Amino acid sequence: MTPLARLGRAATYAGLILASFISVFPFFWMVVGATNTSAELLKGKTSPGGALWTNIANFWAFADMPRILFNSFFIAAVGTLLTLLVSSLAGYAFEIFRSRFRERLFALLLLMLSVPFAALMIPLFIMMANFKLINTYQAIILPGVASIFIIFYFRQATKAFPHELRDAARIDGLKEWQIFLHVYMPVMRSTYAAATIIVFMANWNNYLWPLIVLQTNDMKTITLTVATLISAYTPDWGVVMVGATVATLPTLVIFFLLQRRFVEGMLGAVK
Amino acid sequence: MAQNSLARRGELNGWLFVAPALILLGLFMIYPILWSLWMSFQVGRGMNWSFGGFANIMRLAQDPVFLRALTNTLVFLAIQVPIMLILALLFANALNDSKLWGRALFRTAIFLPCVTSLVAYSVIFRSMFGQDGVINQMLLALHIISNPIPWLADPFWAKVVIISAITWRWTGYNMIFYLAAMQNIDRSIYEAARIDGVPAWARFWHITVPMLKPVILFTTVISTIGTLQLFDEPNLITSGGAPSDSTLTLSLYIYNLSFKFMPSFGYAATVSYVIVVLVGIISFLQFLAARDRRA
Repeated sequence: MTPLARLGRAATYAGLILASFISVFPFFWMVVGATNTSAELLKGKTSPGGALWTNIANFWAFADMPRILFNSFFIAAVGTLLTLLVSSLAGYAFEIFRSRFRERLFALLLLMLSVPFAALMIPLFIMMANFKLINTYQAIILPGVASIFIIFYFRQATKAFPHELRDAARIDGLKEWQIFLHVYMPVMRSTYAAATIIVFMANWNNYLWPLIVLQTNDMKTITLTVATLISAYTPDWGVVMVGATVATLPTLVIFFLLQRRFVEGMLGAVK
Repeated sequence: MAQNSLARRGELNGWLFVAPALILLGLFMIYPILWSLWMSFQVGRGMNWSFGGFANIMRLAQDPVFLRALTNTLVFLAIQVPIMLILALLFANALNDSKLWGRALFRTAIFLPCVTSLVAYSVIFRSMFGQDGVINQMLLALHIISNPIPWLADPFWAKVVIISAITWRWTGYNMIFYLAAMQNIDRSIYEAARIDGVPAWARFWHITVPMLKPVILFTTVISTIGTLQLFDEPNLITSGGAPSDSTLTLSLYIYNLSFKFMPSFGYAATVSYVIVVLVGIISFLQFLAARDRRA
């Protein structure tokens, strides 16, 4: 190695180590912060303190936590289930069935992929108010169920679904919905797994739409509760860090258990 | 004859399979987007509307808060997106080297921020950037600064915090796209270049970057569309666009117009169509670039 190449190598490592440190530090800060008092946290204390149990107790007392966690899990789980069902069905059909309008319709969907949510939220809010659905689970879940991104994802993935399987099932006399349910879904389970991760995460982390639609404390999600914690005049930062840890834990666990699927899901429809 | 009925059966089933998705998209996307277009020509407050023609559009030009939100959004866009994508490209390039020690570890670390929710990471960032906060403490200890920086109280530094935050959250995400694309480049091209004595930076600039053009274009578009809709970070890190609206974004302004105080839905819808038009322009440019590539 020439001295110049060696210098380049050193610079690469230095850059990567610095970037890794910056990437991981806020996680460390969050966990250590959960053990410190608000005053210690604001002074930048980076060593573990003795306030963990007090912070957890205060967090627990701030709202009906079992209810809040149930809200988050329920919305994310039901939302994911419905989204995968409706959107994978559509993605599958777009690839399998021919129709004169298919490509034009699909192009229209792709065009709508870039419609910003900001332009939908006011009409959606008024619609939900008219349907008397403000402050309900339905209002949170329904607008996301037909996801263009997931439709697109499944159409792409269906290109790899073997023709022969479908033909054989047809010869065996299976109806189209049976083929979808009993042949397609089991064969495509890794696609479903990757899509589950991204949809679940998006639902779990959603902020703006729940902020608009959920109004009472007993309907709030964990994400909204954490945001509510810091809107106090003087937030208790130790408690905020407990909340942030609880809000991050499920997605962090999913990530470490299913790292490859997780990344596949993110790369998603682009392949 | 049999062929024909099979095709018809296929077409009917196809429509049945896409029907639930299409009905929901019609109800929750097409109808609202058209409604908000109509709404953008209405003036009035609360639920008392009347047709105002182009009054809302005229109002945009004279509304200092809107102009500030638009400028801020475009500043975030112009500075943050290039910084993030260049960093992502450099990290991906470094991590694509199979002889690099600790590759998997670096990759996981840099990707980790993508796992957090926007709300969780926003509150964490806000807690780090106080006057006596951990960031100032570290910079002082390293003698990088001699006086604490008023991160969240100063209009300039508040923008820096927002830009750093978004970059922290999304660099690893973009890096993953680049890494995946780099793995598809034929190794032998690099081998040939190496044998010809092409230095590493030139291999990066003349082989890797051109080969990644489609992915770079794609990530530019999604990052741009994402930044145009920026809401969570300025709402939480800089408490709704403070100080003195220096981090106010278009989405935040729409939210304020609609859901704080007495709502002006019509005018808010007009502002939201500014985002629609900006996103439309960017998507159109991407379409043109993609077509050029194929030609």
